[in-house]
Amino acid sequence: MEGHRFQALRAYLSKTSKLAKEDFEASEELLDLLQNEIRVLIVGAGGLGCEILKCMALSGFGKIDIIDMDTIDLSNLNRQFLFRQKDVGRGKADVAAEFIMGRVPEASVTPHFCRIEEKDSDFYRQFQIVILGLDSVQARRWINAKMFSLLIHDDDGNILPQSIRPIIDGGTEGFRGHCRLICPTMTACLECNLDLFPPQVNFPLCTIASVPRLPEHCIEWSRIIAWEEEDPFQGEPVDGDNFSHITWLTEKARERAEEFNIDASGIDFRKTQGVIKRIIPAVASTNSVIASQCVTEAFKLATYSFDNMDNYSMLNQNAGIYQFVYPAERKEDCVVCGKKRRVIEVGKEKTLGDLIAKLKDENELSGPALTANIENSEKVLFMDNIQGTHENLSRTLEELSLGNQEIQVTDKAYAAPVTIQLRFTGES
Amino acid sequence: MIRLSSMKEQKKAEEAAGNQPKSKVSAAQLRIAKDINDLDMPPTCQTAFENRDDLLNFKLQICPDQGYYQGGRFIFRFKVPQIYPHEPPKVKCETQVYHPNIDLDGNVCLNILREDWKPVLNINSVIYGLQFLFLEPNPDDPLNKEAADVLKRDKRQYEQNVYRSMRGGYIGNTHFRSCLK
Repeated sequence: MEGHRFQALRAYLSKTSKLAKEDFEASEELLDLLQNEIRVLIVGAGGLGCEILKCMALSGFGKIDIIDMDTIDLSNLNRQFLFRQKDVGRGKADVAAEFIMGRVPEASVTPHFCRIEEKDSDFYRQFQIVILGLDSVQARRWINAKMFSLLIHDDDGNILPQSIRPIIDGGTEGFRGHCRLICPTMTACLECNLDLFPPQVNFPLCTIASVPRLPEHCIEWSRIIAWEEEDPFQGEPVDGDNFSHITWLTEKARERAEEFNIDASGIDFRKTQGVIKRIIPAVASTNSVIASQCVTEAFKLATYSFDNMDNYSMLNQNAGIYQFVYPAERKEDCVVCGKKRRVIEVGKEKTLGDLIAKLKDENELSGPALTANIENSEKVLFMDNIQGTHENLSRTLEELSLGNQEIQVTDKAYAAPVTIQLRFTGES
Repeated sequence: MIRLSSMKEQKKAEEAAGNQPKSKVSAAQLRIAKDINDLDMPPTCQTAFENRDDLLNFKLQICPDQGYYQGGRFIFRFKVPQIYPHEPPKVKCETQVYHPNIDLDGNVCLNILREDWKPVLNINSVIYGLQFLFLEPNPDDPLNKEAADVLKRDKRQYEQNVYRSMRGGYIGNTHFRSCLK
């Protein structure tokens, strides 16, 4: 590791200090570890992603992957500083990687210009740390569930520590932001406090339909009611990024505003798109702050040099600067991380009814429901409410393709769903 | 918080642990499975799953046994989004009904389906809410203004209108198909 860039870093990592963690092992090799032995994935190469990538590369991380499905838009250039006007239209991940490798030759950045869902579990297994710079709850939930699905359990339900991959989740919205550390099995996961995410602002349907007062009501009317009634694009759903869609909606919204004597002068393409896509204007400095927190946490994880944040930091700059860290608690019945896991051995000639009787008996269940994902499609094995599933009770487990299969069991008695790994007697 | 292992150490330990079943259930699926299994419906309500493996799309039938709508059969279609419970299920009424809070396109004006939705609510809550609409139609938040006006003005007329529309007939210029049980 030559060059002057990381001299200070090398000094920091190779000396012990009273301020470091008690079991911090200072060594000359730590920088080497950062550069070559730890692989990190950054999800998102937008406002947060660019900042995170920049900080990671300059903090000594040498093996970084970055994934983003978006292309660069002119409006990104005020804060996504790895991009220039000539890059508009190109994939964000590609350009970000190029830029950083050009400026920080010590870092090797591999871009992935695609959706996160397009990568399989083997892809995500390659990384020790995942940092999120995402803009939607849905994507976060997906990654959360994915990283949890990589945990390796033994027969007693204990987790292999090397399969734990911490997630650092950063998010910003205007002057507010958060940075949280999700360490599977140790801290709350994203799903645990999903309820805390503020819901999308939705206007009452009757206001939209009968008594609009704001330009936003008119825009929502055009999206929800006019679009469905007039079907202007042959069955296509509303696409916030489609120029003709937004133009059509703007026109309709203006007509509606005029009809109800609402000031239509503010209803233009930009406003309509903002409401349809629920856009909140971005502030570059918030991204900076949150990204720096994320990278600091990643650095502490990778070097074990200092205690990590425990575990959720929130930032609110709407009136002054308010920042607070609190330990988000795990939810006992969380559907992602609260699940208990058991291995059950049973003969393949047994029926589903037999399995359910066994579960009921051993666990005092009242009315369990069993679901599974078999060959990439969701299957409801049995649920009392669903008539069609009752016939499965008399089919054998082998017939239902349940060998070495994971089955989710929910029951009124259980707080959280239980995952059963089914193993046929006589097979490994 | 945790001591990370290097890429090599991680790979070695995981390979040693052997074959794990491929796990692939979405959080929304887990949550909706719980909701559906925990359904606690009165005898007036019944669910129907056209595709027994698809928990995200189903129908609900409500046959009110009291109030203005006694004797009718009303079918609702539920579409649960992948992002459930962060967003509410989408519900539309597939039965033509004369009601201040349900329009002729089947849109339902129920607060918990839109602005008052909270992830802590579930399918049970929505079903209760829909039932409540039939027991206590609300003329103050109308999707069907005519029905709301009649209800406010003249309860007897409203009762007659509901009675007539459920048996198939004209209310004003609109023809309602019979929806008796």
